[in-house]
Amino acid sequence: MALKSKVNTLMLTVLTVFFWSASLGNTENEEHKGEEFELVEKFHVSEFIMDHIGDAHQWHLWGDHHHGTSIYLPIILIDGGLKVFSSSEFYHGEEKEGPNGQHYIIGHEKGHEYAMFEEKIYKLDNGVLNFNEEGEVTSNRPLDFSITKNVLSLLMGAALMMVLMLSSAWYYKKNGAVAPKGVAKFIEPLIIFVRDDIAKANIGEHKYKKYVPYLLTIFFFIWINNLLGLIPVFPGGANLTGNIAVTMFLAVCTLLVTVFSGNRNYWGHIFATPGVPKPLLLIMIPIELVGILTKPFALMIRLFANITAGHVIILAFICIIFINENAAWGGLSVPMALFISVLELLVAALQAYLFAMLSALFIGAAVEEHHH
Amino acid sequence: MKLITPEFGLIFWTGLVFVLLLFLLTKFAWKPILNMVNAREEKIADALAQAEKTKEEMKALQAQNENLLKEARAERDAMIKDAKETALGMIEEAKSKAKEEAEKLLVSARTSINAEKAAAIAELKTQVASISLEIAEKVVRGELSSDDKQTALAQKLAEDINLN
Repeated sequence: MALKSKVNTLMLTVLTVFFWSASLGNTENEEHKGEEFELVEKFHVSEFIMDHIGDAHQWHLWGDHHHGTSIYLPIILIDGGLKVFSSSEFYHGEEKEGPNGQHYIIGHEKGHEYAMFEEKIYKLDNGVLNFNEEGEVTSNRPLDFSITKNVLSLLMGAALMMVLMLSSAWYYKKNGAVAPKGVAKFIEPLIIFVRDDIAKANIGEHKYKKYVPYLLTIFFFIWINNLLGLIPVFPGGANLTGNIAVTMFLAVCTLLVTVFSGNRNYWGHIFATPGVPKPLLLIMIPIELVGILTKPFALMIRLFANITAGHVIILAFICIIFINENAAWGGLSVPMALFISVLELLVAALQAYLFAMLSALFIGAAVEEHHH
Repeated sequence: MKLITPEFGLIFWTGLVFVLLLFLLTKFAWKPILNMVNAREEKIADALAQAEKTKEEMKALQAQNENLLKEARAERDAMIKDAKETALGMIEEAKSKAKEEAEKLLVSARTSINAEKAAAIAELKTQVASISLEIAEKVVRGELSSDDKQTALAQKLAEDINLN
């Protein structure tokens, strides 16, 4: 793992601006041209970016690997009983090398039965990890309920949501049905937007009420976590809503809500599409059934890809400086990264809106009444 | 591959947190907030309807007030006119009464004057008569002191009376 790979995005930005203003030119560039290959070797862009957008068992704050400061998050394993210990057992553990030069770490003390490879925890077989010929680990994994970086971010996002919404609710409780002020003034238009323009518009006047809480939760969950992900320093920066596990869960929720809301009319359209000859139904039914799944599948991929792509682009722009090893590149990469960051603010809201809106649309189709 | 392989642990935590959020927020935030927002919307709609109604009422009231004012004005004018008429009538009456009275007075005065006159004349006649009688008596006495005289007088008297 590259030493620099853990350097925080904001630190990069600050340092970039600093060095950029301090450096007077790039005369050194000529001298280093011969070493360029070696430099690229030192700084692995894809590894750096993948590290950032992936999950981790620590939350890196600043500094590099050896002198850096990190929050070590708890490892929770279910493997013949509950095992809880700090991830520092791994990060300060013994480094080992696999058959193809893969670096993995064997845990200390409580973690001595386990090893961590690419932030995943495996059970040791006779003190080592087994790899197959493709370089994949073949050792077993314990059930891993660790509080990872993403889980911590999730909890903080949830706490933020609770604080925002409960203080809004508290305002109304205290003041009655009056014009909102403070947090409520900020939250209320969004709630009304979700209620009127997402729920009512897509589900219909008579049935939307039941689904408003779900859509509100989905909307704010995605939006707030998207925004948290855009903050480059703790407590933000985790790529939570760009994680396939999270988007998958949300999409499955929408799928379940849709399926369990489906009325006769909805199922009728799937199993006996009106106006279709009986023999054709043999083809139509499987297509319709796949259609039920592809809709939430698209939701899952859309959110995952949009948010992950945003993180990747910002990091890639910052990485230009480190690829070229010249702070003057900050003149290009910092404005570009800033532009993309601002764009991501829009994307954060847009994706939350899209997810909620499409969920409402699917639910709307499921509860629509027959009118032919 | 690592990116698109969902981790079971994260699915578990996401599920737990999301379901808890959904439950807690629905109970303690969404429902109370939406209820309040609905209540407020109703309140505003009611207030607007009320305002509209009040406006209509005010309009009606204003029209009514104007009518009342008009009526009052008309009544006042009528009253003033009445009063004037009454006053004029009274003056006329008073005048005619006064005239009548005056005429009556005049008539009675005239009557009494005539009566007085008549009485005075009568008295005068009586007195004149008595004086005449006395004079006549004296004259008669003088005249009648002799037979000639008596005859002459009688003659003269007869002549006098004829002259009258």
